[in-house]
Amino acid sequence: MKKLYCLIVTIAFFTFTHAQNLSPVLGVGDERPEVYAFINATVVVDYQTEIEDAAMVIKKGKITGVGKNIVIPDNAVVFDLEGKYIYPSFVDLFTEYGIEKKSLGTSASRSYFSRQQVFDSKIDGPFYWNDAIKPYQSAIEEFHVNSKDAEDFRKAGFGAVVTQKNDGIMRGISALVALTDEDEEQVVLSGKVACGYSFDKGNSQMNYPGSLMGAFALIRQTFYDAEWYDSDSDKNVFDASLEAVTENKSLPSVFQVRDKINLLDVARLSDEFNIPFVMKGNGDEYQLLDEIVSTGAPLILPLNFPEAPDVDDPYKAILVPFEDLKHWELAPYNPGRLADKEVEFSFTTEGLKDKKQFRTNLLKAIKCGLSKRDALKALTETPVKLIGCENMLGSLEDGKLANFLVTSSEIFDPECIVYENWVQGRKYVITDSRLPDLKGEYTLALSNDEHFDLVIEGKPGSYSLKVKTEKDKTESGTISVSENLIYLSFPKDKKWVRLSGWMEDKAIEGTGVLPQGKNVTWEMTLEKAGKDKARKKKDEKLTEPGKVIYPFVAYGSEMKPQYKDFVIKNATVWTLEDEGIIENADVLVKNGKIAQFGKNINAGNVWEIDGTGMHITPGIIDEHSHMALSGTNEGSHAITSEVRMRDVLNPEDATIYRQLAGGVTCSHLLHGSANPIGGQSVLIKLRWGGNPEEMLVKNQVGFLKHALGENVKQSRMPTSERFPLTRMGVEQSIRDVYARAKEYQQKWEAYDALSEAEKLKTPAPRKDLQLDAIVDEFNEKSFMVCHTYVQSETNMIMRLAQEFDIIPHTLIHNTEGYKVADKMAEAGAAGSVFSDWWNYKYEVIDAIAYNAAIQSNEGVLVCINSDDAEMGRRLNQEAGKIVKYGGLSEIEAIKLVTLNPAKILHLDDRMGSIKVGKDADLVLWTDHPLSVYAMPSKTFVDGTVYYDKEKDKEMHNSIQEERSRIINKILAEGGGSKKGLGGSRSPMRVNDQFIYDDEDITDYTIDE
Amino acid sequence: MKTTFKNIIYTILLLGFAYSTFAQVPSPASEQDHGIVLIGAKAHIGTGDVIENSAIAFDNGKIAFVGKADELGNQFSGYEKIDVTGKEVYPGLIIMQSQLGLAEIGGVRATLDNSETGELNPSVRSCVAYNTDSEIIPVTRSNGVLLAQVIPQGGMICGLSSVMNLDAWNYEDALYKTDEGMWLNWPSYYSRRGYGSNRTLQENKLYADEVKKLEKIFSDAKVYKGTPANSKLAAMQGIFDGSTILYIQADYVKTIIESISFAKKMGVRKIVLAGADEDALMVKDFLKENEIPVIVAPIHRLPKRKDSYTKAPYEMAARFKDAGILAALTYDNTTNSANLPFVAGHGVPYGLTKEEALQTVTLNPAKILGIEDRAGTLEMGKDAHIVVSDGDLLDMRTNKVTLAFINGRNVDLDNKHKKLYRKFATKYGQEITE
Repeated sequence: MKKLYCLIVTIAFFTFTHAQNLSPVLGVGDERPEVYAFINATVVVDYQTEIEDAAMVIKKGKITGVGKNIVIPDNAVVFDLEGKYIYPSFVDLFTEYGIEKKSLGTSASRSYFSRQQVFDSKIDGPFYWNDAIKPYQSAIEEFHVNSKDAEDFRKAGFGAVVTQKNDGIMRGISALVALTDEDEEQVVLSGKVACGYSFDKGNSQMNYPGSLMGAFALIRQTFYDAEWYDSDSDKNVFDASLEAVTENKSLPSVFQVRDKINLLDVARLSDEFNIPFVMKGNGDEYQLLDEIVSTGAPLILPLNFPEAPDVDDPYKAILVPFEDLKHWELAPYNPGRLADKEVEFSFTTEGLKDKKQFRTNLLKAIKCGLSKRDALKALTETPVKLIGCENMLGSLEDGKLANFLVTSSEIFDPECIVYENWVQGRKYVITDSRLPDLKGEYTLALSNDEHFDLVIEGKPGSYSLKVKTEKDKTESGTISVSENLIYLSFPKDKKWVRLSGWMEDKAIEGTGVLPQGKNVTWEMTLEKAGKDKARKKKDEKLTEPGKVIYPFVAYGSEMKPQYKDFVIKNATVWTLEDEGIIENADVLVKNGKIAQFGKNINAGNVWEIDGTGMHITPGIIDEHSHMALSGTNEGSHAITSEVRMRDVLNPEDATIYRQLAGGVTCSHLLHGSANPIGGQSVLIKLRWGGNPEEMLVKNQVGFLKHALGENVKQSRMPTSERFPLTRMGVEQSIRDVYARAKEYQQKWEAYDALSEAEKLKTPAPRKDLQLDAIVDEFNEKSFMVCHTYVQSETNMIMRLAQEFDIIPHTLIHNTEGYKVADKMAEAGAAGSVFSDWWNYKYEVIDAIAYNAAIQSNEGVLVCINSDDAEMGRRLNQEAGKIVKYGGLSEIEAIKLVTLNPAKILHLDDRMGSIKVGKDADLVLWTDHPLSVYAMPSKTFVDGTVYYDKEKDKEMHNSIQEERSRIINKILAEGGGSKKGLGGSRSPMRVNDQFIYDDEDITDYTIDE
Repeated sequence: MKTTFKNIIYTILLLGFAYSTFAQVPSPASEQDHGIVLIGAKAHIGTGDVIENSAIAFDNGKIAFVGKADELGNQFSGYEKIDVTGKEVYPGLIIMQSQLGLAEIGGVRATLDNSETGELNPSVRSCVAYNTDSEIIPVTRSNGVLLAQVIPQGGMICGLSSVMNLDAWNYEDALYKTDEGMWLNWPSYYSRRGYGSNRTLQENKLYADEVKKLEKIFSDAKVYKGTPANSKLAAMQGIFDGSTILYIQADYVKTIIESISFAKKMGVRKIVLAGADEDALMVKDFLKENEIPVIVAPIHRLPKRKDSYTKAPYEMAARFKDAGILAALTYDNTTNSANLPFVAGHGVPYGLTKEEALQTVTLNPAKILGIEDRAGTLEMGKDAHIVVSDGDLLDMRTNKVTLAFINGRNVDLDNKHKKLYRKFATKYGQEITE
């Protein structure tokens, strides 16, 4: 992906001229020379060049000279900036400046119970079918100068921003605008700088996409459609959206990602379509630093560090998740750590409630390791480079825009005062530099011979006054100072002395009125100039923050688990192979594989684990899981075979660790059961702490989720209009898409059979990701996994599959499978069932605990799955029940959760039994593995210990210690107690754990 | 004519068979009409004692002898002797906080009678809606569960629970202790909002108002003298004189303390905390000092919070026992109530002895319910609620209940699952193991 990014720079090359007023002159013309010279300043030309005692000349809003020995034009207004600094002003790449936020469709209408089903686009016109795709939007169409917001930006140091209408998944084109109060045509520097992408549907009310993975699929399909549209001369449609998609490809692309993991997934999309995305990040990048660095993607970083959570009350503190505490501490280190890895990034004010917070947080980031050089680069050169506007902005060079800051000192000095922010050669005063610095101690003499000691504190523009009115008595007064005038008043004996006057050179004097109405004259003499109070704080030593943990949640570790060869001695070994159960046996693991097992093996000098009294089985394989995913259903359309669970793989789900604690080593992560055809599943090994890529089972075959029955026909929703509403319609939904996929397959086969020469003349068929997934099923690149309950539908799907030459590969739940077990055996269908769940809805009233045994006895390959974050923690017990319900042998029972699912998932060549050469996915049990009294002592994945019973308890304790350390830090910084003790308390809101389930179809964009 | 008659008989027999197989739960057992003695099993008394090669005699529904087989006196010579050598005998299990008989099919509202509308329903009684013909009941008792505390849900004050025996013709027959408990859902400090990674806990702004409503009804009930006719206030009288137990469900450490303190202040005599989890354990000293027994939150759940101890749900019963707090278990998934013995067994690797684990589903619930004089152990004079299993009842690997007695009545252990199993195993010619 890295190489893609050099493209950006070459693509966009803008020419610009300073905006001219084209209106006819009304009355008497008033065009001025607008030449200004700034002399004797320290000019910071760019983030790496500083010239002392230099001058800068600007003319009509552009820089015409910078340097030591430049000629000052005689028509220039000259400003002497002795002791002051000039910096290029900042650029923010991610704003909605000047674009009125229209109220979005109420997100509440997207909830499960109150949602209205919307299947059609609400936007009229020749546009794409999905109205979250708005690549034709252009920011300038809705842009209006907003003086108030421009001022806030300027105060934070910005001179220009990129503005974008943040509406939709494809958001169209952004504009670069200067932050002056002039007319729009003067302010817009470029109407086409970049195009925007996100996962937020914005104003779209359509159900599709209803999930993050659906949004991925939609983006993919749109890109493919645009390619097809662009290349196919025979097309008989006009689509303004697809035309815009292709046009926008010449611009830099900015993708607003949801979090660090999502960023990695968008990077895959970037590779897939050869589009170098600039990622608008979220400040959590340090949590997966190496992975994010290796994408090579430039970032736009927010500086919205989290507020300290409310933790002073221990009973409240328990509600704050560990990762939120860790993030509070580590978030300010994010920019510095990215800079250290030479990641290219710029900063944005996005996400800040108040732009004043920008500088505060920037200084915090600098304190936490961001070099000042990198900070300035991120605010000037990088943003400008990322949008290809470096000929216009980003440094103070001849010909560039006169966008610069005048400051009192080095800009990242906490004491630095920004005096002026010049934009397009127009001066905006931030702090009046002419205001005198009056900090200090004074003697005030009144003409009636009264004398007072005064102390003036604060900064020019905001002073405070303390007056010693008597011995041991100090009163607060008011003070107001402009360039020449001063006014002060203070109480004496509860009555007010009011003084007004002027300042000239060092003298401060004037007239006033005493409480009794008597007029006096007065003068003030400086006794001692004031010092900056804040200086003391500056040198405060930072305490070393806690370490990043992998994954970034409770039970993550600073170090990923380390592998070493080992032997388990003297245990009962369940081989599930011809060797059966071997008592008092050893298992030797080398290089992550099972190297040898049997009695008294000579293991050599490896780590030895005493297995006396314990049992070893292969790791549990959960054939049906929804953990480790951000979302389970694309619950909108009936057929959504285009969505991929891989796109929403979340290796930070606490459930992964909890299931390791139950002996699970491999899981099949399925789409939910909302649709007749759901999505493409993904197989993971439970390598807790690994990144998404590391979790994947290598060389996995595909599986495609199908579903039948109550969930699919939405029979427990208050209203539904979606076809199908009956089991009759369910069959038709699947049959229809199969028939279309057959036809599609033939079209492509015909095209692929053409010679290269013929291909040049013949347009390729339109690529359809939905049908591709089904063609994969036809070609056995992926296999059917079908959620089914009652026997009629089970029977139906087997016949339907066979009609299309598909194996009805895995029938999940299959609670009435026992009624058609003979047919399953004949069709070669496997059963993936619960042990004893029943009666929780109408279609499972005939579910019986003997289901697995009957199917198994009938020759069906059967496994027991969890489909549940909780049950996945004790699948060994669920298998144990099948000895009781139906009399399976103990070996056959343990196979229900090990070797059988391995076979069903085409993994039995490397998993599922204890056999030399297979992956060392093992569980060391404290007791008989089918017994309620057993629990894993250790769980190994590829021979690495990912769960250890003793370490589990230790980790729980160390989490408490780390929590306590951070809470103390919060309290020491005044964070928690401010809200907690008495007074007004802001309502508490903390993150809480959330478990996705099979049936959940809530829209992914809902936030309340 | 003869043939026709025969056909009719066959038809009737077949119909009868079909009917009894698929449309009806087994008939309740008839009253015990002769003495029975179970000889030779390992008896788990429920008190913590275990008797190898035991004899347990019972007649007229009461246990008449418990001891070593060789100490069985001559007075039992007329009893029917059942040889249970090699098997294990247990007191009948008691499931607390159950929806048995009230909730049949989760997804079908018409079959659900467990949750009433409204906030304050103290007079609502679970027993009158208890369906003895629920298909779930025979499945549950075939794993050894013989008594159930059936509770109403919904609102803040949900109503009155009763203890039912799980083999009866109608609810009146089933009643074992009537209207024994009042159920209070204490309001939450927090409400859960948002979806997926946006899931948050936010302060429940209605909390104070909700507590005020409770304060008012408790205060009004306390001084209620019978007029005007008010069935709500009348129904609450028992909690003040101790004849009704107040079961409080509170889910957060602060509300646990607030709710119990509230009840005490209001003069409630007997208080039980239901849904006791990690948070209840945080205030175990408070519970101990106030002698509050607990019903442990269902252990087939995830740890309460992301940071909670991985095994927290499983170790709950052991930790409450360590703290000296009387604790009973429940199983919240009604249709799978048959798993009650296994959640008890699950406490063993976390620190309970097997006999202590048994007590979490026998003696401890009996004590909480105030029926320990009649149920919960195999002791002389108690009702003969007895379970015989081929192996360890608390382990799914060995649980195989072959005999069960409720008040000495020999309970039919057949159920819908077994019937469907026989039907289809027979179809395929498979060997039937039940």
